[in-house]
Amino acid sequence: MAETHKPPERFTLRMRRYDPESGEAPYWDEHTIELEPHRSVLEGILQAKAKFDGSIGIRCSCRAAICGSCGVRINGEPGLACHTHLDHARASSKDGVIEVEPMGNMPVIKDMIVDMDAVHWKKVQRVTPWLINEGPQPEREHLVPRESMVDITQTMACIQCGACVSDCLAMEVDPGFIGPAALAKAYRFVGDPRDEEQRERLLDLSEDPQGIYDCTHCFKCVEACPKDVNPMGQIMRLRRIAGADQHINDQNNGHRHEETVVTLIKDYGLLHEAEMIPRSYGGNSWFGKFHPAAGKELLSSLPVAIRGIAKRKMSIKIAIFGHKIPKQDLNAVKRIYEKVESKPERYELNLYVSGVDEDAEQTPVGVGSEEGSAK
Amino acid sequence: MKVAYWPGCVSRGFTPELHGSMAKVAPLLDIELVQLDRASCCGAGVIAEHNQELADTLNARTFALAQQVDGAELMMNICSTCQGAQGECQERLDSSAEYRAQVNSTLADEGLSYEKGLTNKNFLWLLVEEIGLEKLSGMVKRPLTNLKVGPFYGCYIVRPRDRLGIDEEHPRDHYLEQLIETLGGTVIEYAGMRKCCGFPIITMNKEASLKQAGRHLGDAVDADADCLVTPCPLCHLNLDMQQPLAEKVVGRELNMPVLHLPQLVGLALGLEPKELGLSRHVVKPTSVIDWSTSVVGAAA
Repeated sequence: MAETHKPPERFTLRMRRYDPESGEAPYWDEHTIELEPHRSVLEGILQAKAKFDGSIGIRCSCRAAICGSCGVRINGEPGLACHTHLDHARASSKDGVIEVEPMGNMPVIKDMIVDMDAVHWKKVQRVTPWLINEGPQPEREHLVPRESMVDITQTMACIQCGACVSDCLAMEVDPGFIGPAALAKAYRFVGDPRDEEQRERLLDLSEDPQGIYDCTHCFKCVEACPKDVNPMGQIMRLRRIAGADQHINDQNNGHRHEETVVTLIKDYGLLHEAEMIPRSYGGNSWFGKFHPAAGKELLSSLPVAIRGIAKRKMSIKIAIFGHKIPKQDLNAVKRIYEKVESKPERYELNLYVSGVDEDAEQTPVGVGSEEGSAK
Repeated sequence: MKVAYWPGCVSRGFTPELHGSMAKVAPLLDIELVQLDRASCCGAGVIAEHNQELADTLNARTFALAQQVDGAELMMNICSTCQGAQGECQERLDSSAEYRAQVNSTLADEGLSYEKGLTNKNFLWLLVEEIGLEKLSGMVKRPLTNLKVGPFYGCYIVRPRDRLGIDEEHPRDHYLEQLIETLGGTVIEYAGMRKCCGFPIITMNKEASLKQAGRHLGDAVDADADCLVTPCPLCHLNLDMQQPLAEKVVGRELNMPVLHLPQLVGLALGLEPKELGLSRHVVKPTSVIDWSTSVVGAAA
């Protein structure tokens, strides 16, 4: 590693300081430290603490990205202070000064230390984070298919650092949302074949208005996680099993919304937006709009709809009949549905488990191909 | 340039002014749109939530149709959600030859097959990477002078960075700011510009959904923006169509016009607000229309 031979450099850290007990408002505090550029932001903070101000508050332990103690925000992005190189942090700063703040969505105890108990751990407790198996125990170990355990390894990689909780956009507006870390933990047990309460767990998490259907699918947690746990992906898997397998018809319209989108695309090839609300609230058929729950929601949406039609935002024709792809193509789409959905087992490719083909690693998706051709 | 054009559903349904303005703007930029009329909805992540292979197969069909367009340089979409949802499917398809073969065997009934390595770019990426900001600035007829524009990206086009190919060379999460500047406008940065509009949970938790929209719109008001611009029609639904309801949830007047990306580009290329469908928005973009007339007045 060539980087280790680089001589020490000066780095300036701008830390957000706050002591709720002091009665003073939070303020920014700058210190310049000297370390080799490959050293971590945590080492930088600890040097500032040792050299300049012993009162700087930071929580840490292993310094090797495994204990999950030093979750902070660096230049506005959540991450582990011990897992972020000083030179990288400086490169991503807006003015050459590395900005360190406490994580979001959790109350600050002091400086960079947030109250994980009040939010994160409470939410983890909420999902019954242990294996439930009261039945007769086997003489030796439980024998389970290997694949089913591989399936949950991704959630097991979680180190409970709270980075995903810090950035969760649903929690920002709805603090009671169970949240990404706890729901990823829930999948760890829902996906475990030894657990006996899969359906009960899913019923609980689907019916809770702040459960799996409160996730806004914003990818913040996916991006925040230093361990590639993909919490949002785990929430989608919980939805998949709750809806498609267990048919839990939750009070939050979660499953009906999913069924509505799936059915409308099968029937029209495209989304028929006007049918979304009535079916999600009232049931997944054309008659959904006559259900009292749909009626109430449609009535409250009426001013919006009238305004839209008056502005020619949508035509009445589109609002009533929707739009369709050509018949021949619609038939092709229907055949795809039938073929895929009639498979005895639903197939799910998880790249975290399967990895990617060697040649695929060379071509990042979405970047212009060299040939400059759609082919 | 010729592109296989995927307009998406919402741009032809509840935000027809998006599809309409794209059609007006394309010839001015010398883009030939070959519309993928036969393709189906990308599923917006919801089909994948139901059955991943189904979503992957439907989108592989769209990709295969795009690859059949003679002479097209790439596939272009005008929806952040399409970009993200299709990109997620493409990542799986491109990562495994075995999986691709499995999906292609379903498409074989129709004589279609997806070949790995499609280039699928949102109009925003195409503007910056294919046309280029320098060339674009030369096409500007009515610079957006003094128009204060706040970007609103939509989650699907900024996260996750790796999958979307966002890096130092392709700072795609900063393209809107670059574009607004190129068109002569003033960029307004505000807290919510890369956050979630709340649309995905509008039927599940309406209050939380509208609180998200209302909060970001409020941030933009406080930052003194004249309007927002978004490459995502689903964000537009929550930010514009639902804005009157969002106002009630956050308890403040917002009155923040939200423009679709091609509309903003069209204004700078000299098109009139009306032909770009600005009158079709729920929140009347008075500030933008006033601005456009004041510029005309100044020029005359």
